Amino acid sequence: MSSALRSILANRLRSILTILGIVIGVTSVILLISLVSGLNSFITSQIEGLGSNLIFVIPGRIGGSRSPGGIQANRLILQDATNLQKQLLDQAKVSAVVQRTSTLKYNNKLDRGVAIFGVQGNYPDIISVKLTSGKFFNDSEANSGRKVVVIGPTVASTLFGLTSPIGQSVDIGGLKYKVIGLTKSRGSTFGIDQDNSVLIPLTAAQKQFGLDRLNTIYISANNSEQVRKVQAEATSILKKRLSEDDFSVQTQEQTLSTISQITSVLSLALGGIAAISLIVGGIGIMNIMLVSVTERTKEIGLRKALGARPTDIRNQFLIEAITLSGLGGLIGITLGISLSLIIGLFLTTTITWWSIVLSFGFSTLVGILFGVMPAIRAARLNPIQALRYE
Amino acid sequence: MKPVIILKNITKIYQSGELSFRALKNINLTINEGDFTAITGASGSGKSTLMNIIGLLDIPTSGTFLLDNVETSKLNDNQLAKLRNQKIGFIFQSFNLLPRTSAIDNVALPLIYAKIEKYERLEKAKISLDLVGLSDKLKSHPNQLSGGQQQRVAIARALVTNPQILLADEPTGNLDSKSGFEIMQIFKRLNKEGKTIIMITHEPEIAKHAKKIITIKDGDIL
Repeated sequence: MSSALRSILANRLRSILTILGIVIGVTSVILLISLVSGLNSFITSQIEGLGSNLIFVIPGRIGGSRSPGGIQANRLILQDATNLQKQLLDQAKVSAVVQRTSTLKYNNKLDRGVAIFGVQGNYPDIISVKLTSGKFFNDSEANSGRKVVVIGPTVASTLFGLTSPIGQSVDIGGLKYKVIGLTKSRGSTFGIDQDNSVLIPLTAAQKQFGLDRLNTIYISANNSEQVRKVQAEATSILKKRLSEDDFSVQTQEQTLSTISQITSVLSLALGGIAAISLIVGGIGIMNIMLVSVTERTKEIGLRKALGARPTDIRNQFLIEAITLSGLGGLIGITLGISLSLIIGLFLTTTITWWSIVLSFGFSTLVGILFGVMPAIRAARLNPIQALRYE
Repeated sequence: MKPVIILKNITKIYQSGELSFRALKNINLTINEGDFTAITGASGSGKSTLMNIIGLLDIPTSGTFLLDNVETSKLNDNQLAKLRNQKIGFIFQSFNLLPRTSAIDNVALPLIYAKIEKYERLEKAKISLDLVGLSDKLKSHPNQLSGGQQQRVAIARALVTNPQILLADEPTGNLDSKSGFEIMQIFKRLNKEGKTIIMITHEPEIAKHAKKIITIKDGDIL
């Protein structure tokens, strides 16, 4: 053991270069898995944060011939939402949503690429919207087609700076809207600003932008036991007018499990790519160990003459390989965790213990696998020839 | 006189494809406890082969070799390694010290394979270095020592397991005559204290220091 350590320390630069492959492999396994897990937990929290007992109706069929949300596939109209609300009146609340992107103007200031959501007055009852000031539009304001708007904090700071936006008139796609509310920040994640969005009445949005198709219908069951029942009823209500391929009804739970399926596949794929660099690192260790056996032929001969058994020599080289890969693993874990924490300042990252155990176990295994061959070769050297080797 | 090495009809044939070479031909040799024997001969005479067989580094093609009454032909690699460690101290022409390793760690090396605890290893290595007059060079690395000092470290390493036999292969071959003479004085002293010494050399000047000289020519003892 001590002779293995001494040899590693005596060849510092070579040892560092040897373990670089392992370091990079372990670092990327931990980092990539923490990014994907972070993505998963972020999306999960966003969806859970929308509200409880939610059911989504989206155009197109998930897993069907047409992709969900496709323009051609979209046959969802306001009438469908109205039918649902009428027939599910005592069990659930229903809100329809249309969406597009537009430019906002206030005096000379522009805010481009703002997400415009056209929603009904009961929207805050279904999706949790928190306001820092002002109020949300009620049903009668929404249905009368009044031009009022609830804006996100990014829009507010871009157009109004530090002055209060409430009561001001803002230009959305050429028409004036009166600002009546300001939402709380939801933060920016993965480079997408969650707060660069505004909410306007559904009727106004449909009229101004010609949006007769709905992007989503949100249904909120009154209690959690009824979610499945409401989902089944909503499906049969929609089927009266639409075909099976025209829409999908998914509960929050189903959506979450779909997302976690996607992210676990992503985890595996990225982890697999990172694992390849672990194997490459292992080959690097084998290469250096083979060179080291040749370089130290004379030393091996001497040790044998002094009474080292073949197993002693084999263990020395094996321990050296395992120590190198283990050291690389430890450095990789340290780097992976610190990089994850640094990136965690900007994006959501979740460091998972299994990724640490997996990558460290794998790197040690690589050290054993690729260390065995050079070690056996060293143990088999003939002491006389080894001693004469120059 | 108790014999520690008995060679009976030792023959060594090196086979290389169709060619075979008889390096040793029916060697019979007995070395007793307390002997100081020099084995001389020209290069290619077979003296190194004889040395390797006595040092258990090589196996004779035929014949029997008794080392301290142990028949060695039936021993496996691990048993041979143990015998080398316990009974024989090797001294080489080119010293064969580990580079970037202190004198005391070099001397303690054989004790690792004797499974001795670290503290005791260092104690024994210190005593051994003291025997060759290097107690002030414990921490010196080989590249900080002169050739004569390096060979003395190697002698200390050979002595550290307290073996019966010292086996020296051209111990003065890489040294100037003054250092070579010093090494011979150490050998004589160790021999007087009871060590059996077998030394291979091609220099008659060095061989003269031994009590007995054996000359080998073409695989035969003259």
